[in-house]
Amino acid sequence: MLFDLLLQPFLDYGFMRRALVGAAALALAGSPLGVFLILRRMSLAGDALSHAILPGAALGYLIAGLSLPAMTLGGLAAGLVVAMLAGAVARFTALREDASLAAFYLLSLALGVTLVSLKGSSVDLLHVLFGSALALDDAALLLLAGVATVTLFALALFYRALVMDTLDPIFLRQTTRLGGLAPFLFLTLVVLNLVAGFHALGTLMAVGLIMLPAASARLWTRDLAAALPLAAALGAGAAYTGLVFSYHSGTPAGPAIVLAAGLAYSASLVFGPAGGLTRLRRPSRHLEG
Amino acid sequence: MVTRRILLSAAVWMAFAGVPTQAGPAPVPVVASFSILADLVRAVGGERVAVTTIVGPDGDAHVYQPRPADSRAIADARLVFVNGLGFEGWIDRLIGAARTRAEVVTVSKGIAARTGEEGADPHAWQDPANVKIYVENIRAALAAADPGGAEDYEANAAAYLARLAALDAEIAKTFDAIPKERRRVVSTHDAFGYFSARYGVEFIAPQGVSTEAEASARDIARIIDAAKRHKVSAVFLENVADPRLTRRIAAETGARIGGTLYSDALSDAKGPAATYLDMMRHNAGELAKAMAQ
Repeated sequence: MLFDLLLQPFLDYGFMRRALVGAAALALAGSPLGVFLILRRMSLAGDALSHAILPGAALGYLIAGLSLPAMTLGGLAAGLVVAMLAGAVARFTALREDASLAAFYLLSLALGVTLVSLKGSSVDLLHVLFGSALALDDAALLLLAGVATVTLFALALFYRALVMDTLDPIFLRQTTRLGGLAPFLFLTLVVLNLVAGFHALGTLMAVGLIMLPAASARLWTRDLAAALPLAAALGAGAAYTGLVFSYHSGTPAGPAIVLAAGLAYSASLVFGPAGGLTRLRRPSRHLEG
Repeated sequence: MVTRRILLSAAVWMAFAGVPTQAGPAPVPVVASFSILADLVRAVGGERVAVTTIVGPDGDAHVYQPRPADSRAIADARLVFVNGLGFEGWIDRLIGAARTRAEVVTVSKGIAARTGEEGADPHAWQDPANVKIYVENIRAALAAADPGGAEDYEANAAAYLARLAALDAEIAKTFDAIPKERRRVVSTHDAFGYFSARYGVEFIAPQGVSTEAEASARDIARIIDAAKRHKVSAVFLENVADPRLTRRIAAETGARIGGTLYSDALSDAKGPAATYLDMMRHNAGELAKAMAQ
């Protein structure tokens, strides 16, 4: 009975297995990046960058039609350009990074909507640009798995540099001349995951799967080395729970996955030992040996 | 730009006043909400009307975002033809905002609408019998707005109705030749209810009547089950809906991909469905071809 409820859908239908693999791949790589985004106080940057991808993806579509490589490359280029420009403006002008990022992503979004409408009143392009978890083909699945692999390897290889750049960037820059590259590496990884994510779930859902598990994990532990795998596990769990819920309730898959992640977040808000609400009820002792 | 505006308003004024120009009477400016309707209005109106289409070829009228040019066209029009039955949800606001004196003609008036879970099914033009009523409504509206052309409209409508009847007979004959149990296909969104009722072809669709709704995992599982159980012969794409979902279903059920059906919009002039009659003939041909194999 329980078996039927929880496993049968995945045994019966290839599209359910694909959706699970795709969403889980995004969660495994994206949620740890979300933890870094939170530590860098860039929680909203993911959302902003996800919109910045639109004109690139739209341009790819206008040039090459519904082609995964063209839309991916376009989205990647647009996301990186916006991230770099925002960083450069923050460094060389009086504006801070959040303000310049907001400005560039709004411009990018407007440009994207304009490009989309150039195609005339065609097939609702936004529907086409932003995939559905239930319609992952081989190419989209390979893209998601590839991006997840690259991201996890990069995280493992440059873990120290990324942590240092997050917590004490000036120290990193004094220690190694390559320290200045760390933020760019990080932003590239974020944009890569967002671009892959919009094929899998659509931008909103992709950002949800990156940020919500990360925010939840942060409430359970202050230890970064524990928070990263915890976020990945919560994300993958949300992907599974959301898909099963979508299957049985007949709701769209993307929102169901994000709502499942939201449920974990709400529970963490209340019960999380490293900053949750229940912590307030039993104040820890202080000034004792 | 000033000169263009002056010319435009002059043209409109002449149309209202019916001032004859050297090239005969100025055509009556009318607006049609989407490409199929525009084709029908052109067929009835002929040279006497100038039709502006809001949602053009291959466009999805369920989720259209109006542009300023659309408001201007509506403001300048004598008649605005809409399908009704909730097909163009955005048009009422557009007409309201355009402050037009145009009369709004709902061409589906008098049709026995099919109703499903989501309310009335607007895709009534998929049944040529309904299009007869469309044509009659269009003729009456044009004749009322431009009494001088009533005879022309009458003649055009009669000629078109004859072609429509021939088309209907042709399609019915095509499907009669195919055994009933083979007349089953999957399509992207539920646009063929009227077609299905008329010609006995069963459609199974992942999206609902509108392309707006997102499909759930359960819906897709049901379609795959149904397709396997009934040994569906082919899966069809539509010109206005997301093709990826349909491809996925085809891959999972082993059904072939049957080609593109035109449901809510015509193709451009070079495509296989540039007019309503071509569209119906093309759809029937594609379906029959897939079922015969």
